[in-house]
Amino acid sequence: MKLHIKNGRLIDPASSVDAQMDLFVAAGRIVGVGQAPAGFEPNRTIDASGLAVLPGLVDLAARLREPGFEYRATLETEMRAALAGGVTSLVLPPDTDPPLDEPGLVEMLKHRARQLNHAHLYPLGAMTIGLKGEVITEMAELTEAGCVAFSQADTPVTDTTVLLRAMQYAHTFGYALWLRPQDPWLSRGGVAASGAYASRLGLPGVPVQAETIALHTLLELQRSVGVRLHLCRISSAPALEMVRAAKREGLPVTCDVSANHVHLTDVDIGFYDSNFRLEPPLRGQRDRDAIRAALVDGTIDAICSDHTPVDDDGKMLPFGDAEPGATGLELLLSLTLKWADEAGVPLVQALHRVTAGPAGVLAASAPAMPASGRLGPGSPADVCLVDLDARWQVGRETLRSQSHHTPFAGMELPGRVRCTVVGGRVVWEQAA
Amino acid sequence: MHNPQLNRHGELTHLLSTEGLPRDIITHILDTAQTFVPLAERDLKKVPLLRGKSVFNLFFENSTRTRTTFEIAAQRLSADVFNLNINVSSTAKGESLLDTIANLSAMQADLFVVRHEASGAPYLIARHVAPHVHVINAGDGRHAHPTQALLDMYTIRHFKKDFSNLTVAIVGDILHSRVARSDIHALTTLGVPEVRAVGPLTLLPGGLEQMGVRVFTDMKAGLKDADVVIMLRLQNERMRGALLPSAHEYFKQYGLTREKLALAKPDAIVMHPGPMNRGVEIDSAVADGSQAVILDQVTFGIAVRMAVMSIVASAG
Repeated sequence: MKLHIKNGRLIDPASSVDAQMDLFVAAGRIVGVGQAPAGFEPNRTIDASGLAVLPGLVDLAARLREPGFEYRATLETEMRAALAGGVTSLVLPPDTDPPLDEPGLVEMLKHRARQLNHAHLYPLGAMTIGLKGEVITEMAELTEAGCVAFSQADTPVTDTTVLLRAMQYAHTFGYALWLRPQDPWLSRGGVAASGAYASRLGLPGVPVQAETIALHTLLELQRSVGVRLHLCRISSAPALEMVRAAKREGLPVTCDVSANHVHLTDVDIGFYDSNFRLEPPLRGQRDRDAIRAALVDGTIDAICSDHTPVDDDGKMLPFGDAEPGATGLELLLSLTLKWADEAGVPLVQALHRVTAGPAGVLAASAPAMPASGRLGPGSPADVCLVDLDARWQVGRETLRSQSHHTPFAGMELPGRVRCTVVGGRVVWEQAA
Repeated sequence: MHNPQLNRHGELTHLLSTEGLPRDIITHILDTAQTFVPLAERDLKKVPLLRGKSVFNLFFENSTRTRTTFEIAAQRLSADVFNLNINVSSTAKGESLLDTIANLSAMQADLFVVRHEASGAPYLIARHVAPHVHVINAGDGRHAHPTQALLDMYTIRHFKKDFSNLTVAIVGDILHSRVARSDIHALTTLGVPEVRAVGPLTLLPGGLEQMGVRVFTDMKAGLKDADVVIMLRLQNERMRGALLPSAHEYFKQYGLTREKLALAKPDAIVMHPGPMNRGVEIDSAVADGSQAVILDQVTFGIAVRMAVMSIVASAG
C-alpha cells in the first residue's frame, strides 16, 4: 500500500521538525519526508490540510485487561480505543489474570493481538512467578515469547534479596526491569496521598516516603548490579530529584509519569470522587509542578496513559473501597496537548514525551523490537493525523474504551485524532 | 465546589459533615435543639413534625448508643422508624451499598441515617438518592460525625455561652477520630480562637495546622488554661503494635486525671463522646466528678438529632 499524506503540519520530535511537509509511505515504512521518492505512485492520497501529522503515540503503560478481566474490557475494545487516541504502540503491564509469567500466555496474547491487526503490543513479563515476589520467572523464555522487559506492576517486592537476585539475573541477559518504587509497608492500606487533604477527608494516607525509600533501595541495588532500570509512575517532587541525580551520575535509568499526574492533585478528589482514586495516589501542587518541570528538562522520559479500565461496579463504592484506575488511551494525546498549552512548551518538545521519548525507553530495554515513535525515512509507518484545534468532551458517547471512568469525565480537552496508520495501513479514520 | 449538603436554595438537605457547614446553619440547629430540650421533661415527649415520614437507620457499623439516640429522636418527632443492622443482612450476601439504598428507597424511605466504616460513604449515598430523600451521616470511617460535633457545640454553648473567648483542647487518638475532625471544623466555624489537639505523634494526622489547630504532644502544656477538655476514646486495637505500646503508658502520658485537669481553668468542663474506657483515657474520679458534663451530652444529643432531622426534612 503506497500512501501519500499531503498538506499536513508534520511534527517529528525525534528530528525536531515542525513544518509543512508531505509524508510518503510504502511497504509499511516511511519512504519519504517532504520529498516523494522517485517514481512514487500512491494508491491512496490523504489530504491532511489543517491537521498535524505526528508519529503514532508510544504508550508505556496500558492495561488491556486480557486475559482474565474481560468483564472490565477486552483487547478488541481497548485496542480500538488506542487507535482512536492515536496510540500505535502499547506496553502491557503483566498484571493480567493469570499474570504474564509463562511464555504460553504471552504467545496467546500476541496471537490475539495479531488477529485483531491493530496497534503494536509490547508485553512486560512478570518479574516473579504470580507477581508474588518470591521466585524469579524464566526471563529468557519470556523474552523469546515476546516480552520486552520485566515488571511487578503494582505489587512491590518485599524481600530485598529477591529484588537483588532479579536484577542480577535480568542483567545477565541484558534485560531491563520496569519497576514502580513502592514501599510495601508504608503504602499498605493507604488510598490517598498523606497530607492535609487526606487528613480532612479521613482517608488512610500513603506518605511520600513510600516512594522515596523504595526508589532509594532500587537505585542502591542497581548501582551495584548495573541492570537497566525504568522507573514507572513517579509521583513526587523528592523522587524526581533522586532520578535527576541518578541520571547525572550516569546510571542506566529512565522514568515515566502518568498523564493524570501531569494535571491533577489531591484536592481534585473533591467530595470523594472515586474517579480520582488512582495508583499511585495524586499528590500535591508542589509535586505536580515538579513533574511539569521534570518533563521539560528531560528527567522524565515519557508520559504514559496508565490506561486501567474499571467498570461501574468498581467505582460506585466509597472512595477507599473503589478500585483504583482510569481509562486513558484516548486522553493521552489531549492531555499532552493541554499540558503543552498551559505550560507554554513548544509542541515539538512536548510531543517528544509521547513519541520519541517512550520509543527510546523501549529501544533501550528491547533493542530487537522495532518501536517507532518517529517519522524518519525507513521508520515503521506508524502515524496519526490530529486536528489540534478541535475540542471534545470526555464522556460515554465520545470514548471507545469499555470504561468511561476517568477524572477528566465531563471536561473539554483539546485535540482529536482523525486518522491512524499502523505499519502503513490506515486502521482508524474519523471525519470531523 | 458545590456543597452537597445544601440544596439549590441554600437549605440544609443532608447533614454529612460540619466542614463547610455555614455558621448560621449551625446556629439554627443549636437554636432549634434548644426548643426540643424541655420535651424530655414532659410526659408527652412527642411533636408531630415528622409524622408520616419513614426514617431508616442504616448502621453498617455496630453502634447501640448512637442508633438508639437517633431512634428516640425520630420517634419523638412522630416518625416511623426502621432499624437495619446491615452486617447481618444483604451486604453479608454481597449486595452493593448502592443496591441496598435503591431497595430501601423503593420502600419509600424519607430519611436515611447512615453509619459506615468507609470515609465518604454518605456522600456516595447522597449522590444517588431521590431529591426528596435526606441523608444524615451518623459517622463515616474516620472522616466525620457531625451530629456528635453539633451536640458537643450545644453542650459548650450551654455551659460557656460565648464561643469567642474559649480555649478547647481535644485529647487522644485524633488520627482515627471522626469526632475530632467534626469538632475541629465546628469549633473553628463558630469562632473559637484556640483549638488544640493533644496526643502522641503516632496519633496525630498531618495537616492539622491547616485546619486551624494548635498541636501539642505534651498534655500538661495542652491542657493549660483550657476552658473545655474533650477526651477521645482510645480503641483497644490501637494499643497493640506500632501506634502505642500499652494502655498503661498511654494513661500515664495522656489520661485525664484530677492532677492534669487542675492545669485547665477551674471551671473547665470535661466532655467525652462515649463510650468511655475508664483508666485508659479518663480516670473515674474525673468521669464521675463535678466538671464532667458527659451525661448532659447524651441528653442534648437527642434534642440535637431531633433538630437536625426536622431541619433537613423541611428542606424544599
